[in-house]
Amino acid sequence: MKTPRFLLPAATAGILALTLSACGGGGGGGTTGGGGSDADQNLDARGPITFVQGKDNNNVIRPLIDKWNAAHKDEQVTFKEQTDQADQQHDDLVQHFQAKQSDYDVTDVDVVWTAEFAAKGWLQPLKDKMAVDTGAMLPATVNSATYKGTLYAAPRTSDGGILFYRKDLVPNAPKTWDEMMGMCSVAKANNIGCYAGQFSKYEGLTVNASEAINSAGGSVLDKDGKPSLNTPEAKAGLGNLATAYSNGNIPKEAITYKEEDSRQAFQSGKLLFLRNWPYVYSLMSTEGSSAVKDKFGMAALPGKDGPGASSLGGHNTAISVYSKHKATALDFVKFLTSAESEKFYATQGSLAPVLGSLYTDQDLVAKLPYLPVLKTSIEKAVPRPVTPFYPAVTKAIQDNAYSAIKGEKSVETALSDMQKSIESAGAGS
Amino acid sequence: MATELGPTPVKAPASGGTPVHHAPKGVGEDNRIASQGRWAAWLLAPTIVALAVVIVYPIISAIVMSFQKDAGLDPATGLFTAGGPAGIQNYVNWLAQQCSAPSGGTVACPPGTLGGQFWSATATTFFFTVVTVAFETVLGFWMAMIMARTFRGRSLVRAAVLVPWAIPTAVTAKLWFFIFAFEGIANKLFNTTILWTGSEWPAKWAVVIADVWKTTPFMALLILAGLQMIPAEVYEAAKVDGTTAWQRFRLITLPLVKPALMVAILFRTLDALRMFDLPYILTGGANNTTTLSILVINQIRQGFNSAAALSTITFIIIFLVAFIFVRFLGANVVEQSGASGKGKK
Repeated sequence: MKTPRFLLPAATAGILALTLSACGGGGGGGTTGGGGSDADQNLDARGPITFVQGKDNNNVIRPLIDKWNAAHKDEQVTFKEQTDQADQQHDDLVQHFQAKQSDYDVTDVDVVWTAEFAAKGWLQPLKDKMAVDTGAMLPATVNSATYKGTLYAAPRTSDGGILFYRKDLVPNAPKTWDEMMGMCSVAKANNIGCYAGQFSKYEGLTVNASEAINSAGGSVLDKDGKPSLNTPEAKAGLGNLATAYSNGNIPKEAITYKEEDSRQAFQSGKLLFLRNWPYVYSLMSTEGSSAVKDKFGMAALPGKDGPGASSLGGHNTAISVYSKHKATALDFVKFLTSAESEKFYATQGSLAPVLGSLYTDQDLVAKLPYLPVLKTSIEKAVPRPVTPFYPAVTKAIQDNAYSAIKGEKSVETALSDMQKSIESAGAGS
Repeated sequence: MATELGPTPVKAPASGGTPVHHAPKGVGEDNRIASQGRWAAWLLAPTIVALAVVIVYPIISAIVMSFQKDAGLDPATGLFTAGGPAGIQNYVNWLAQQCSAPSGGTVACPPGTLGGQFWSATATTFFFTVVTVAFETVLGFWMAMIMARTFRGRSLVRAAVLVPWAIPTAVTAKLWFFIFAFEGIANKLFNTTILWTGSEWPAKWAVVIADVWKTTPFMALLILAGLQMIPAEVYEAAKVDGTTAWQRFRLITLPLVKPALMVAILFRTLDALRMFDLPYILTGGANNTTTLSILVINQIRQGFNSAAALSTITFIIIFLVAFIFVRFLGANVVEQSGASGKGKK
């Protein structure tokens, strides 16, 4: 045999390269729909599983997993902690699901990703044998986890927007948008800004713009998931923000605000009204630099004739269709969403529960005084558009709402562009 | 080991660069060359595998993907289905800014889609590239001239100049984000109320300023290396001949530092063309600061295959710019020829 020996390394190299490429091969090629067969398998299987979520900031999930592991010797849960960046968490999940890996059994899913993952066929439908009882949960949180009429994840924590107001300047919180705008004369008299939310061009603007549209009685998507923005209600909603920005009721700098900038503006006494998430409560009432410590109150967001419709934040918990031990996974999901665990999220991590009953729980209200207001907020809340094309939809809302608020284009044009962009995203390519 | 040997001459794997000596032939000599070649092949194998895995495979895979349609939604089940072959449609869509229409076919991309941003992102990318590289070259040259001199505390100055370059870009971006915030230092210092990240030109200049601050040291360092190659005698001779400082700079420094300068400009240009983290963190791509790389990243979340097409287009654009530089402007990176380092015209 006269095989030139030096070909050997080359051949080895080639084979190695091929093997490695094969590993990555599933990466981007085709996203296969369905998953019907995967969803029917391993429903009764029990064994060790892995739970995946982003950074466990307040040491909430580890004690719970320890508790579970102590009681379930043969069904141990391993915790896989991701980064604290939402985009990175999303991409990490996509990679694992795309490769059909079974090592992510139970995952934490942001409310806005749920539809996308469900449409990709990666999440186990929670029905029949896998059903989870959502009867006691706030309906808006259940809607955020429902795609095409099927529940794909169990709501675990929630969040809603709250109106913070200076109770030393306005004794009673405004109930409607017009009422709030009427109170802006108080802000002018005190030489401070009147109202701000988060209007920088990022996810927060989608939240604020959707709130404006929903609060005025409009909606971004209709029941069938089609955009419904060319309506007088949507025009009134987005128009409210655009008008307030142009007449100065929303200060000019608010176009650069994200959550923290807007909190600092309110906290240093430069704003009369602030729309923000409940997390700012403890910071504004305890931080040494806060100029508004005992001077602010909390109320539901103002709407057209009553409380407005907040956008919904929070996280759901889903089971991967590729999990090998789905019976254990389901038990673990039920454990994570039990009343006891929900209460622990609230006390340990200040995370809003999804169970309505906890919002009137005496212990919790003593610790988190905003809970009753937040309950109203979440009861009225509308999930951000539940669509598998969420990245494109949020982009369409951000770009056009930003231009409309800044007055670069009319509200009608902005809404019609938004409508067309979302239609185009849904059309696929 | 091997005693039986094919007569085949050693084929050094491409881009190997191992010197293979072509000595006069003799049997023993031949043996030695062959075993040397075999040894070289073994040594090179890991590198080739690594290159194949991390460079060749992803590029080919991306090009293949770019000819596939993105997954579409099956209206009946609400589930995604693979898109199938697309031909050059993805490329056409980007270049002509066409988006799919609800009724089938394509329409001009409405504002609020990524597809409608291709040409503006290209213009923004080139704007950033030209402006930042111009500033960095002038400032870098100036800094290099200072650093090249001998004076007390020179090493301290050199170290201080390098600090911005040593900070990771993401950190730099966050730093400047705070500086350019409405309540930030920039506005406090100049007593202005500019919305730096809230309108188009301030946002663009914010990115330019941050990038110049960060990357000028890199430029300065490369130019400094070029300056130090110039022998001091040349200047002395010129002085004896009674030249002015300006003449020395124009007739001696500039021509002699040109090879190093061109390489520095080429590197920076290619780097600036793929600018991503700075605008992404500083402005989030708002107010027309979306570069091609930001567009690619955003598109990845909406559909892999058109993102692959876009990144291929970006690759071609950067490749063309590099080609023009090397071919016509005499940036001499690849050739290691003459000490004069004249680029080929």
